[in-house]
Amino acid sequence: MIVSNIETVPGKTIIEFYGVVTGSTVRAKHIGRDFMAGLKNLVGGELKGYTELLHEARTEALARMAKEAQSMGANAVVNVRFSTSSVAQGAAELFAYGTAVKVE
Amino acid sequence: MPELIQLGIQYGGFLLLLVVTYFIGSMIERRHFRKLRLREEASTHFPCVTFRSVPSDWQVTEANLVTGSVVVSLDYFKRFLAGLRGIVGGRIRSYETLLDRARREAIMRMKDAAHTAGYSAIINVRLETSRLASTARNGEGTAGVEILAFGTAIKLAR
Repeated sequence: MIVSNIETVPGKTIIEFYGVVTGSTVRAKHIGRDFMAGLKNLVGGELKGYTELLHEARTEALARMAKEAQSMGANAVVNVRFSTSSVAQGAAELFAYGTAVKVE
Repeated sequence: MPELIQLGIQYGGFLLLLVVTYFIGSMIERRHFRKLRLREEASTHFPCVTFRSVPSDWQVTEANLVTGSVVVSLDYFKRFLAGLRGIVGGRIRSYETLLDRARREAIMRMKDAAHTAGYSAIINVRLETSRLASTARNGEGTAGVEILAFGTAIKLAR
């Protein structure tokens, strides 16, 4: 599955459009991680636990999006956008969407 | 004198926390900036642009999405200062450097990811910022800020 955040896939031509595909996941923080991040919050700098958590979540959202595109028969997703929103205390939704296409 | 001691006990912990976090926080920040400069100098040969199109004479053989992200937060002392700044208004320098650091780090991570996967350039780079709410103080406190850098990595035919 080719994913790109521009309207086309460079070096390839789009032969068919399938429409919008989305992938999302809502994640809450692990209590241990939250505690460590709380400590790290005192001295500042990178909160590695959160970076990893969000990275995993975003990878998952992208994978779900790719799966939806695959089920339509597409081999690429173009113009991918991300959005993150805090839906509840200590939980975040990571959302990825794009247009499923067939390229060659 | 006893009043002074009592005052010391009452606010001593708070002051100690301010002083300790100030020193550790500044140390972490300086070290991070130093590392960032070195890594950025080492990666200047790797094109990373915000436009969408590829120059017509480039032969693209492969393309895929690459991302780089980082979650950062301020130290206790600087958050305290920023709180004070909120009263009089104006520039909050500590947040400016924090976001600058985070953006550069996210871009470097994206570049590293593209480089290790064998890509030769990144086009249409976009940056996104989002605030993470903390569970402390009924979700009012800021746990950190996430910066996401993403773009389309391309491989060129030589």
